Amino acid sequence: MLSAILVMALGAVILGAALGYASIKFKVEGDPLVEKIDAILPQTQCGQCGFPGCKPYAEAIAKGEADINFCPPGGEEGIRKLADLLGREFKPLSEEHGVEKPKSVAFIDESTCIGCTLCLQACPVDAIVGAAKQMHTIVAARCTGCELCIEPCPVDCIAMMPLPETVENWKWKYPTIPVKAAA
Amino acid sequence: MNALRKLFRFNGGVKPDYHKEPSTTEPIVDFLDVAPMSSEYVIPLHQSIGGVPHPLVKAGEVVKKGQLIGGPDGYVSSAVHASTSGRVKAVEARLMPHTSGLTALCVVIEPDGKDEWIERQPVPWRSMAPDEVRDALRDAGVVGLGGAVFPTYLKVNPGKKGKLDTLVINGAECEPFITCDDMQMRQYGETIVRGAAILRDLTQAGQVLIGIEDNKPEAIAAMRAAIKATGEARIEAVPVPTRYPAGGAKQLIRVLTGIEVPHGKRSTDYGVQCFNTGTAYGVYEALELGQPLISRVVTVAGNVERPRNYVVRFGTPMKDVVALAGPRPDSDRLIMGGPMMGFAMPSDAVPVVKATNCILVGSPALFPPPPPEMPCIRCGECAKVCPTDLQPFEMYWFSRAKMFGKAQEYHLFDCIECGCCAYVCPSRIPLVDYYRFAKSEIWARENEKAAADEARERYEFRMLRDEREKQEKAAKLAAKAAETKARLAAAGAAAPEDEAKKALIAAAQERAQQQQAAAAQPADAAPAGDPAEQQAQR
Ligand code: SF4
Ligand code: SF4
Ligand code: SF4
Repeated sequence: MLSAILVMALGAVILGAALGYASIKFKVEGDPLVEKIDAILPQTQCGQCGFPGCKPYAEAIAKGEADINFCPPGGEEGIRKLADLLGREFKPLSEEHGVEKPKSVAFIDESTCIGCTLCLQACPVDAIVGAAKQMHTIVAARCTGCELCIEPCPVDCIAMMPLPETVENWKWKYPTIPVKAAA
Repeated sequence: MNALRKLFRFNGGVKPDYHKEPSTTEPIVDFLDVAPMSSEYVIPLHQSIGGVPHPLVKAGEVVKKGQLIGGPDGYVSSAVHASTSGRVKAVEARLMPHTSGLTALCVVIEPDGKDEWIERQPVPWRSMAPDEVRDALRDAGVVGLGGAVFPTYLKVNPGKKGKLDTLVINGAECEPFITCDDMQMRQYGETIVRGAAILRDLTQAGQVLIGIEDNKPEAIAAMRAAIKATGEARIEAVPVPTRYPAGGAKQLIRVLTGIEVPHGKRSTDYGVQCFNTGTAYGVYEALELGQPLISRVVTVAGNVERPRNYVVRFGTPMKDVVALAGPRPDSDRLIMGGPMMGFAMPSDAVPVVKATNCILVGSPALFPPPPPEMPCIRCGECAKVCPTDLQPFEMYWFSRAKMFGKAQEYHLFDCIECGCCAYVCPSRIPLVDYYRFAKSEIWARENEKAAADEARERYEFRMLRDEREKQEKAAKLAAKAAETKARLAAAGAAAPEDEAKKALIAAAQERAQQQQAAAAQPADAAPAGDPAEQQAQR
């Protein structure tokens, strides 16, 4: 009898410890739904959705305060993924928030730049390097194409350039009709 | 002992018509011995897998043959050299030998006709550290010449165990029409064996097996004679059954050693590494002669009067090489590589590059347009011939439906694009086109995802920094206010009779209190326990 109680007690202790361990080990950081939504958003951080960045928009979607079709950089594919994740119907991009554009990056006309640092302060991802009164330049690989630096520039020396297609990023086309080999 | 070697087999494979004899009737000849110099040499900077080398010369500069013109960029990259002496006409975007028809940065050299070498010096590789030898190979621009153009220096690696069991030298050359390795083995067997011996010593391989398809008896005999002549130990030429794609690295390793490298694993983890015969030749030239890779053997075959192999300098326009072979009037396209795995060229003006093992001239008669694609009947023929044991029809189904995740679950990225499945498909489905489409879509998505993840990180870092700066500013303000207060208080104590000053002090105190309250607010709002925050407050 006593040994049976002991065994049960021991079992309880072990199971309790296992549960306690699991609750620490598998603790969820933050809101998992927000994280999942944020993982789909393109992280352009442009604010076109009406929120000050992708994460706030993700939070708003999770709370049901915003619809899933507000993000132009994410485009149709992004909306489809959100619809899949949330089990909702796909809907086209909301027009008031903008249109889907080919991905571009910002270029600074370095001969016009006066080194005012205003663009540097506007860039949400630190893609612009330069110091006060020195010419600024954009690290193209980091630029998300959010266009937030265009507006603050007092001498209008920043322009958006669509990313060119190169041999490296070229994609094989969907073989709909048998593509005729190059003549 | 050769007769005793036990061979294994890979699953699947096909036996297409080989069409190899026509280009093996004449020996390899240096293209410049039988043709004049081209008017310009267009040398693309990006000729290997990995980072794009940066140009090291400018327009107007004079270069010598073998001079470094493109420096390797990043860990996976390989150098590029001038293939003849002359003047750099331009460093500009030119049409690439790539199906896309896109341009990329090239160094255009106008030859001076002297064909003058840089100073060449043998590399004392025996007395050098492995890292230094690898650097030398990278700087000599040696890449895999079997077609994959993966930088060789990254593969000259003994692996986790510190030494390889088996080094496989790939002379199988299974693709129809192509004979450049075959002819090179026949004529330059000793150089290949010496190169293989260098690779053997660099990887400390226990044995070197040179695998050659048994439809090349001359090459097998030549390599055996070369091994005897050089007296190199632990090297053996092994005939393997002729079956496409016996020349796939994993397939040849399987046939020679019985080792099956699982999906997504490296062969070095299993003590095996594989190099092409042409690569071994290049390694010898790079280390023993100090000569960078500036040319390669190229087969010109297909719809031409005189199919043959030439040693062609990189940058030579393909049309110059084809012209010498006498293209027939009905020729309508160029393919780089063979009929199974080759790529259609956008024009005949594109240059010969390190990946150009063959220029195949096509015509409607030789390669008739494919009959229309019919629905898949799930007959399973494709799966039977797949040498990597995949299920092509499943991958096709999901690629076609753009369900890329599913296609990946069926190991899409293990597909070597050998084309066996499309070759046997009774419905004539261009299966490989679907795989290439799906692979490039998946790559693009993964790149986008990586970029988004980086942007998120940078954005979060920036937010954190802004917050910290705000707090630092507030803390500074508060400190300053407290200081003023203390000073005024001291002054007030010294001269209490001054009523006006008292009022001033009271006002200053009030201001300081307000500021303190303001400073405290963001600190409260900040998430507790953040190390960055705490540091800022300290
Ligand atoms: S519109 Fe899209 S990319 Fe721009 S901030 Fe909103 S969620 Fe991010
Ligand atoms: S061989 Fe063609 S028709 Fe048969 S299962 Fe494969 S893809 Fe389908
Ligand atoms: S192309 Fe890919 S799927 Fe088709 S047989 Fe070759 S390895 Fe298998």
